[in-house]
Amino acid sequence: MQPSATEAFDELAALRSGDEAALLALVRRHNASMVRVAQIYVGNRAIAEEVAQEAWLGALKGLDRFEGRSTVKTWLFRIVTNIAKTRAVREGRTIPFSALRNPEHVPEPAVEPERFRAYDDPRWPGHWAVKPQEWPEERLLAEETLAVVTKAIEGLPASQRTVITLRDVEGWSSEEVCNALELTETNQRVLLHRARAKVRTALEGHLDG
Amino acid sequence: MGETTAEALSCQEVVELVTSYLEGALGREEHARFEEHLASCGPCRVYLEQIRQTIALTGRVTLEELSPATERDLIQAFHSLKR
Repeated sequence: MQPSATEAFDELAALRSGDEAALLALVRRHNASMVRVAQIYVGNRAIAEEVAQEAWLGALKGLDRFEGRSTVKTWLFRIVTNIAKTRAVREGRTIPFSALRNPEHVPEPAVEPERFRAYDDPRWPGHWAVKPQEWPEERLLAEETLAVVTKAIEGLPASQRTVITLRDVEGWSSEEVCNALELTETNQRVLLHRARAKVRTALEGHLDG
Repeated sequence: MGETTAEALSCQEVVELVTSYLEGALGREEHARFEEHLASCGPCRVYLEQIRQTIALTGRVTLEELSPATERDLIQAFHSLKR
């Protein structure tokens, strides 16, 4: 949830005065995402947790210098990204930017091509051959359906998983995601598109029949 | 499904434009073509609805919580900085 401008100001004042509850609230709100974002750069979970930790310390030390020109969230994630990149270089890891920067290079259709009629079809070129069926509402709301979604997200490549998690699980705006991951709007959208399409396919497999 | 003209989108194209459509990232003309296709194509309306349902379900996924140890470490660091 996005705090209002006044709340954000109060939050900053509380943090500066050493208010532990304010810090804890901030940590609970952002730490998991910080680890997730760091993991994109450093690859491994344990190192990503260290990066997040380091970012918190850096943020706390820099609290007095923070001028409030961006939101606390944007500022925090900029720190995370910077530390993660430095760490990735130190670990001799080539940052998986090919996947983040050029997602279009590997074509991944949202729906299997076999589901459509051929483009030389005399009547309905490129139209559905195997149409999607409406999903039964009651099964959609079942706990096991949610488990299918969770599993599908876990199975995504890291870049797609991070984008769908920040956007659709945590409700970030596309601008916030682009800033935190240093992505263009277009690439962010391609990653989100593929991630959502795969989760839909997993749901379809579960709900059809 | 309407008669396919040179300008009309195919279903296969529509499914690839769904995210751009939902993000409001289609140009005016493309947006119009997208909606024109939807108006006459039941299966693509079902597809769009499924993507919306997918987004809604994803929003109900709960994420892992922070371990108490991590919280403790951070609080400790916070205090040592303030001292």
